[in-house]
Amino acid sequence: MSAARRSLALHGGLIALLFALQFVLPDYHHGNLARIMVLASYAVGYNILFGYTGLLSLGHALFFAAGMYGMGLTIQHLGFTPAPALVAGLVTGIVVSAGLALLALRTSGVAFMIVTLMFAQAGYLTILYFGEYTRGDEGFVIQQAERVLWGIDLSDPTNRYFAALILFAICLMTCLHLVQRPFGKTLVAVRENEERVRMLGYDTFAHKLGAMIVSGTISAAAGAVYGLLFGYVGASFASVQYSIFPLLWVLLGGAGTVLGPFIGTLFMFYLIDFSSGITTAYMLIAGVALVVLTLFAPQGLTGELRRRLWRWLP
Amino acid sequence: MDFGPYILLASLEGAVTAAVLALTAVGLSLVFGVMRVVNIAHGEFFMLGAVIAWWVAQSMGGHPAVGFAAALVIAPLAVAAIAVAADMTILKRLDYDPERTIVATIGLLYIIQQVTLMTYGPDARPVEAPFDTRLAIPWIERGEGGWQLYWPWGLGTTSYKLAVIGAAGAVLIGVWLLMSRTRIGLVMRATQMDRDMALAFAIPVEKVYALVFGLGAGLAALGAVLIVPIQQAHYLMGADPLLLSFIVVIIGGLGSLPGTVLAAVFIGLSDGIISVFFSPTLAKILATLLVGMVLVFRPQGLFGSRAA
Amino acid sequence: MTLLSTRGLSKHFAGLRAVENVDFDLPEGEVRALIGPNGAGKTTLVGMICGRITPSAGRIAFDRADITALPAHRRIRRGMAYTFQITSVFARLPARENVALAARRRLRGAEADAVVHEALDRVGLLDRIDQEAGDLSYGHQRLLEIAMGLAQAPRLLILDEPTQGLSESEIAGFTALLRDLAGRTTVLLIEHNMSVVMETADRVTVLDYGAVLAEGTPAEIHENAAVQAAYLGTG
Repeated sequence: MSAARRSLALHGGLIALLFALQFVLPDYHHGNLARIMVLASYAVGYNILFGYTGLLSLGHALFFAAGMYGMGLTIQHLGFTPAPALVAGLVTGIVVSAGLALLALRTSGVAFMIVTLMFAQAGYLTILYFGEYTRGDEGFVIQQAERVLWGIDLSDPTNRYFAALILFAICLMTCLHLVQRPFGKTLVAVRENEERVRMLGYDTFAHKLGAMIVSGTISAAAGAVYGLLFGYVGASFASVQYSIFPLLWVLLGGAGTVLGPFIGTLFMFYLIDFSSGITTAYMLIAGVALVVLTLFAPQGLTGELRRRLWRWLP
Repeated sequence: MDFGPYILLASLEGAVTAAVLALTAVGLSLVFGVMRVVNIAHGEFFMLGAVIAWWVAQSMGGHPAVGFAAALVIAPLAVAAIAVAADMTILKRLDYDPERTIVATIGLLYIIQQVTLMTYGPDARPVEAPFDTRLAIPWIERGEGGWQLYWPWGLGTTSYKLAVIGAAGAVLIGVWLLMSRTRIGLVMRATQMDRDMALAFAIPVEKVYALVFGLGAGLAALGAVLIVPIQQAHYLMGADPLLLSFIVVIIGGLGSLPGTVLAAVFIGLSDGIISVFFSPTLAKILATLLVGMVLVFRPQGLFGSRAA
Repeated sequence: MTLLSTRGLSKHFAGLRAVENVDFDLPEGEVRALIGPNGAGKTTLVGMICGRITPSAGRIAFDRADITALPAHRRIRRGMAYTFQITSVFARLPARENVALAARRRLRGAEADAVVHEALDRVGLLDRIDQEAGDLSYGHQRLLEIAMGLAQAPRLLILDEPTQGLSESEIAGFTALLRDLAGRTTVLLIEHNMSVVMETADRVTVLDYGAVLAEGTPAEIHENAAVQAAYLGTG
């Protein structure tokens, strides 16, 4: 079997497995997995910029929140129905990611990290500042009646699981497709040696811009769907912590692998879920994981798997 | 109160902020300048300084001044020791790679913050000032009989606040003397300019790095000990000093000490005055945008002249 | 027809004149060697031609169009290819992907594959097509650089010290390759190995202290006293 077919079988298999799992999982884990799939979609988006293009952003919460608030505010204040609201979330994500990219991509390395961090922080503070509309930290609830998409009630657990699975499948397959296309392969080359890519005649700025917009738009889609499926929009999703999470998930699962973001999100979600039952200081786990991963396993779980066993893994 | 006295009061409060900010930011700037490490956990070293100060002051008993004096010595040293340990176990193993050390210090931030939450708890706790005499400040105004002095109600400060400003100034002069007049300062500057060359001249670069990281954290802790009688010690108090130090260091020019101090005074003073006109949130939005824009369009800082 | 020309091209680094007022013309189809002592400004001159370095003064024309203001990637698209002096291959990618990146800018799919195979074959690396570039020997990495240049099918191929670190047999292979290219591709070759220059170049330009010292056929340059002085430091 060729590498392309094998990877299609592997990722298709994951989606089939996730589809089958809903019939056997107990309620609690059923709900968790729906949440994990949406968050993993966010991580997939993050991975396109960090894992494949080599640009470490500390401000992706801005994109997640752009999708979430683009969706939520239009429902809340303009009376949108879910479908146009989701579109509004996506468009907000595209605009915000393009805007930030045009500024931040003028820098590189450490400066890029700080610039993304600062603009995301400004976005978070802006949400707080316009508390009259956004209800700030407290956030607002999207009522059940406003969460009916084409006659399907998204607050129902089964429907919600399906919706999350569809989003995740789209994001995963988009990523898989992207990295096997010339565009994606050029991004990997930019990560490895940008100057060389430029001297092969590629417009590396345009490639990085494209990567950041795709990455930001997927993140925004995840944010919009998250708000819609779980019925809540709040400023905490725009905070620094939600910029750190996708970095953590991707590092754990394996940066620059298609499967990594899902695996990292799954593990970290349950690790934090488990430890928050024991202590309020559950973010300690995240801190320790960040340090240990950076020190001992910068490739992450899937990266190690690729290095040791399956070299064809995309 | 009239506008003039009000601005004077705001400037005095701003000067206290500026003094503590200068200490914290110089610590961050030193670490970046010499080691090229962006320490995201810097605010947590600040927080640790305050928490340890509370712990020391609380366990000493007797006159508040005794506990405070002990805290002033013990807290910065303890924090510096923790920082040196973190440098040797984590940063050194990453070979000081800029991007990976940022990720590791984010992890360190959560570890310090959450361990503090588990041990010290979620409460804010005060430390008593060693002395706290209230000082009224006179104002001149043109009255019926020409210029005359009077004491507007509410215009005043405390002896402790003035002492904070003085102490911070003294420490900054000490740091400057250390960097410019001593052998260890020369070694640090040499390492900053060219790490490989320093290695070639048998400078123990790893020891210098550990020392600098400890010194940077110790300065943040010292700033925190000075401020804790005015504010209170809390496990989340590190976020604001981190953000403000970033602003100061970036505006002052990355790694430039005089620029950093200048920017700290500028930001500290304007923080007090700006909050008279704007809401604190809007002031923070403008400040973060300013930092972002400076990095994008003028990476050498507003006051700096050399490339970062 | 003149493919490349520079007029008054200069580069000053903090007061140091790396390249000073260079007028340089390269006719289409010629193999031109650029030689000179270390620090003569060869890499700086070539860096300005392909857009890696911004000139302090002067103009550059390629194919009769002024390209002075174009960014590097747009110049490459007009038909330049540049191989790096310090090997700059994608170490963690296979040799195949390294060359494919060069080919894919203008070709897709099976056509690109064919070009990749051909380029690797010409430098003798076809049997190492699936090896990671970082695992190749230094000499093979240099050859991979050249394959990346060939895969772009450039009108002007700029080679910056391509034989540095190659073995005798590899140098012989490279010389044969260059002869094969002659007439079809214009080549600008920075080279220290004088026997390679003598065997391959149509004409030679000598750079010293950032300025053109002499220009002529390999034989003329070989006889030129000023050139010998510049190289050996004697009259």
